[in-house]
Amino acid sequence: MRYLPQTQKSRDEMLKVVGANSIDDLYVDVPKAAFIDGKANLPDHQGELAVERYLGAYANQNHAAPDGPFFLGAGAYYHHVPATVDYIIQRSEFLTAYTPYQPEIAQGTLQMIFEFQTFIAQLTGQEIANASMYDGATATTEAALMAMRITKRKKIVIGNAIHPDYREVLQSYMWNFDGEVEITDGEPDETTACVIIQSPDFYGAPHKYDSLRKKCDETGALLVVVVTEIVSLGLLPAPVEADIVCGEGQSVGLPMSYGGPYLGFFACREKFVRQMPGRLCGISEDADGKRAFVLTLNTREQHIRRDKATSNICTNQGLCALAFTVHMSLLGEDGFKRLATLNHEAACKTADALTSIDGVELVTENFFNEFTIELPTQSKEVVEVLAAKGIIGGLAADDNKLLVAATEVTTDEDIDAFKAALQEVLSEVLS
Amino acid sequence: MSAESKIVEMMEEDHKPEHDGDRGLHYEENLLWEKEHSDSSGVDLPEPAGLKSRTGVAERGNIGLPQVSEPQALRHFVRMSTWNYSIDHGFFPLGSCTMKHNPRLNEKIARHPKFAHIHPMQPESTVQGALGLIYELQEWLAELTNLPGVCLSPAAGAHGELAGMMTIRRAHEQKGEIKKRKIVLTPDSSHGTNPATAVTCGFEVRNMPTKETGILTVEAFKEALYKTDPDGADVAGMMVTNPNTCGLFEKDIIEIANLLHKAGGYFYMDGANFNALVGKIRPGDFGVDVMHINLHKTFSTPHGGGGPGSGPICCTDELAQFMPVPTVVKIGDMYKLETIEDRPESVGRLKGYQGQFGMHVRALSYMLSHGADGLKRVSEDAVLNANYILRQLEGDYYAPYADQGPCMHEALLTDKHQKEHGVQTLDIAKALIEKGFHPMTVYFPLVLPGTMLIEPTETESKDSLDRFITVMKDIANEAETNENAADHFHSFPHSSPRRRLDEVKAARNPQLRWKPA
Repeated sequence: MRYLPQTQKSRDEMLKVVGANSIDDLYVDVPKAAFIDGKANLPDHQGELAVERYLGAYANQNHAAPDGPFFLGAGAYYHHVPATVDYIIQRSEFLTAYTPYQPEIAQGTLQMIFEFQTFIAQLTGQEIANASMYDGATATTEAALMAMRITKRKKIVIGNAIHPDYREVLQSYMWNFDGEVEITDGEPDETTACVIIQSPDFYGAPHKYDSLRKKCDETGALLVVVVTEIVSLGLLPAPVEADIVCGEGQSVGLPMSYGGPYLGFFACREKFVRQMPGRLCGISEDADGKRAFVLTLNTREQHIRRDKATSNICTNQGLCALAFTVHMSLLGEDGFKRLATLNHEAACKTADALTSIDGVELVTENFFNEFTIELPTQSKEVVEVLAAKGIIGGLAADDNKLLVAATEVTTDEDIDAFKAALQEVLSEVLS
Repeated sequence: MSAESKIVEMMEEDHKPEHDGDRGLHYEENLLWEKEHSDSSGVDLPEPAGLKSRTGVAERGNIGLPQVSEPQALRHFVRMSTWNYSIDHGFFPLGSCTMKHNPRLNEKIARHPKFAHIHPMQPESTVQGALGLIYELQEWLAELTNLPGVCLSPAAGAHGELAGMMTIRRAHEQKGEIKKRKIVLTPDSSHGTNPATAVTCGFEVRNMPTKETGILTVEAFKEALYKTDPDGADVAGMMVTNPNTCGLFEKDIIEIANLLHKAGGYFYMDGANFNALVGKIRPGDFGVDVMHINLHKTFSTPHGGGGPGSGPICCTDELAQFMPVPTVVKIGDMYKLETIEDRPESVGRLKGYQGQFGMHVRALSYMLSHGADGLKRVSEDAVLNANYILRQLEGDYYAPYADQGPCMHEALLTDKHQKEHGVQTLDIAKALIEKGFHPMTVYFPLVLPGTMLIEPTETESKDSLDRFITVMKDIANEAETNENAADHFHSFPHSSPRRRLDEVKAARNPQLRWKPA
């Protein structure tokens, strides 16, 4: 039992000090009925090699992105992560530290969070950002809850095709309001707390915000812009018209990891800061007058406010925010923009290749790194047949529609292989 | 001048001398935006082909991102890292947080390319290994809690609380009782997330006093349960941490749970302190209906400076139908994600995709390493270590509940004695920093003034505990004998990367991002 340093000798000595004859004397308050008879019905301890073999067998049953051409996106993207990122996030000082509640000995984490908040504010064109949230879906729900607090209204309008998981999460949370919160599609009116619009939308199309901004100004609704592919902000204009910008930061620094851990981000106008959910890091100074960073505005949070808190959230995604911050630092202005351009070009090439197949039509005329095509048959079946051929060909949506994503990782060979396979599948299915 | 070009200009002008404060192994490090910038990115990407843009919108202008080469970036973060204390540095007795050893095997396995590079929306036939692993973790948690319904999707402890309380809410809704059952009972020693979660779920919170005994008495519980309805028919449930945040096991819990169940309420257990029970005692056997487990506490997934966590919930058969989706089921030889179509009574989805899968891999790796025998030992060593600290320090510090008997995996002290000399809990915490330790949890629980909650965990040796005990005794002695104790202690810490901070200043005029001066 390699993780347990106590020796039998020290256990015996310590039992003597505490005045117990046996370890079970320390559990006197626990009712007999609650004890496991003997030990749990589970295997006994195993060495590192055995555990590695056992879990490796699970891993080997998966078809992973490097195993073949890969074109699936829909809010989680296959990007390359520089080796430096993974080294830094595995340093003990970052990996095995706690939330920086003792700022004198947590300045590394705190300065990193401050840099993260700055990156997010710059990328989204917003005044401030928080220390991160669970993921894009929960960040979007928190944005709606915040808009309800600010406007004291209870109607949420979905302005376009947002990620279905994001919508489901929003619906689940709002169920707690006993039917008082209405979620509808369309345009804002005088009872609307906020309009939520995703860009690029779920089908891949980038959106403009000027007319929606005008409608929000007329009705007093807040404009929430959701971004599920943060790399797009290197090529598309910043959503400066928004009141809140939130979404998913997984694309920078994090592997897809079957859905998590990811990185929700949350940015907004400064005047809303006291209604924001989540942790915030600010600047102060120490007893010697040196600049120092510290978690601040804690009076919004549950550990101070209990049932009056702005949210029940108690944590952020610290290490994921670090991965993002390191990757952004490596990319810099030129690298980030170039990455965005390469993503867009990979999607352009993929779209051209696929739409050259007879019967395949491009649905989204405009896109960033993901687009939607219409197939002459059910896309769900096509995706399954492609998968059997070792190609992850995108996400089947709405009957014959297929969402296809490409990134800097996509090669010309991948595109050729995808095109050839899709051609073959379609001719099989249609013949 | 636009804001963006102003930032660029400032970046070019703004070269503060950054290494003036370096001494020995103590480094100063400016923000990325204040550093000298490089012509080249730290990532070499190929030249774009120059295709015509098809985004349909204008191209992004200057963002104002700092640009440094790879060695500059690496050095920046390595230097910053040296300002952090971590469990790998030393003893980290933060109560209710379970700062235990984080095995690197778990990191290695989570990074297996066939775990790291799978997409959450791939066809299920291509991710049977991932689904199988989730299923096995569900089975381990069900066995360890004796609660057969398991949902791994919650992202953290507070998110698990939300999932669990929504599950309870759904059960009442199905019985047609949600309109009349509005009250959630919770002891005043509970985590702040408990009342905050209850309110998020549309409930009202009723506090139960525990100050006198440190535990919830049957009398206090009955008074709260029947306060506004003679049958407790307006109570939806209770949220109780067991062992509680005073470090004590709620010895009347079975009787309390029975009374609650008789009144039609459900028992939510905050599983933050599951490390005291794991492998030895099962919450399903003392009346719990639904609980969350912090994989980042009991099952050692790294805290990462504040996340990512993972907060699965476990519940009874009765409640399992209402848990959030997705969960993983096994049909024949195939694993499958259960969605809202398969389980329409579910409260729905609470997070994108399947949860913090990378944390699930790490937790199962940890569980397999310990096994049934090792996990039982985890609980026993954690409880023994805490009792050893309690008994060694009860003469030096006020230990409010020490006379009642043993504690569980946490020891609770207060600053009552030291306060007489002008030394408070915060000063003791900062003195510990000066002496090379991370402080315990301070000013929590809120039941008494100046609390100090010490959780040593099972991964500390006796030698490590003895060193901490010696330092704590020295601090108590210094507080009592130093004539200028108050001033002396207020000056701590001296040797950390930063001295004591002015936290009020940060909140008065919040600066939450870098901006050009």
